[in-house]
Amino acid sequence: MYKVKVYVTLRENVLDPQGTAVKGALHSLSYCEVQDVRIGKFMELVIEKSERDIEELVREMCEKLLANTVIEDYRYDIEEVVVQ
Amino acid sequence: MKFAVIVFPGSNCDVDMYHAIKDELGEEVEYVWHTADSLDAFDAILLPGGFSYGDYLRSGAIARFSNVMKAIQKAAGEGKPILGVCNGFQILLEAGLLPGAMRRNNSLKFICRPVTLSVENNETMFTSLYEQGEVLTIPIAHGEGNYYCDEETLQKLVDNRQIIFRYHDENPNGSLENIAGIMNENGNVLGMMPHPERAVDALLGSADGLKLFQSIVKYWRVKHVVTS
Repeated sequence: MYKVKVYVTLRENVLDPQGTAVKGALHSLSYCEVQDVRIGKFMELVIEKSERDIEELVREMCEKLLANTVIEDYRYDIEEVVVQ
Repeated sequence: MKFAVIVFPGSNCDVDMYHAIKDELGEEVEYVWHTADSLDAFDAILLPGGFSYGDYLRSGAIARFSNVMKAIQKAAGEGKPILGVCNGFQILLEAGLLPGAMRRNNSLKFICRPVTLSVENNETMFTSLYEQGEVLTIPIAHGEGNYYCDEETLQKLVDNRQIIFRYHDENPNGSLENIAGIMNENGNVLGMMPHPERAVDALLGSADGLKLFQSIVKYWRVKHVVTS
């Protein structure tokens, strides 16, 4: 069994209106050190072992559905978990 | 001429679309559920606005994999007119039938009010009854209508005259180059954020959307009805 964490974020050159709003809010709370805020999505997938290579499988899912690669980047962590 | 209004779980402008075709345009129309296998019986396909699959993950991302989308891909390939409005536009983008993607509105607000649009290309099956540059009043209602594509795609859209509508007086959502509606290269798939089906009678505040549907009928009649 694998536990896969997928992080989807807007590409760097794509304006992130939510991030900009949150940065403004942090500044108004006087956290003026904050240079930039980017908001993304976090997804946790539990995937059972199959014949497919797990990385290939996760990449495929990201490209097909989990991220829209026109505006979003994705990265993932794969952790193998032992079922008791 | 027979229109299909595709209904996804969460579509909410399907009834407006049906009303526009049946009562205002006077053409045949049927609701088609998202599980349908074939659209062969229809001459034009309408993807209405709403919140398909609750807009979970991204607007249109899940609807794009509904069963009916295979039939829509096929109809698109056959050159049938396909119009996606609002969430329908988002679905067409996610499905790759139109280039680009939608971001949240710059203001982060859901905006629901009439806006003005200019007709950027009146030589299409969707806009032939408008004047080039004609300014229309049509309502918008969306939280994610901030159109984006990369520079190369934008250049193609400009070169092929695929930008069909631009916001006129002000850009409500921050979309690239004030884009409000685009078409595919073949000219038979149109996606737009404003709702022409909500502007088909003066009683609704504007009838400026009606000519879009009439243009589709005109195109179809010229192509399919032999005059004696």
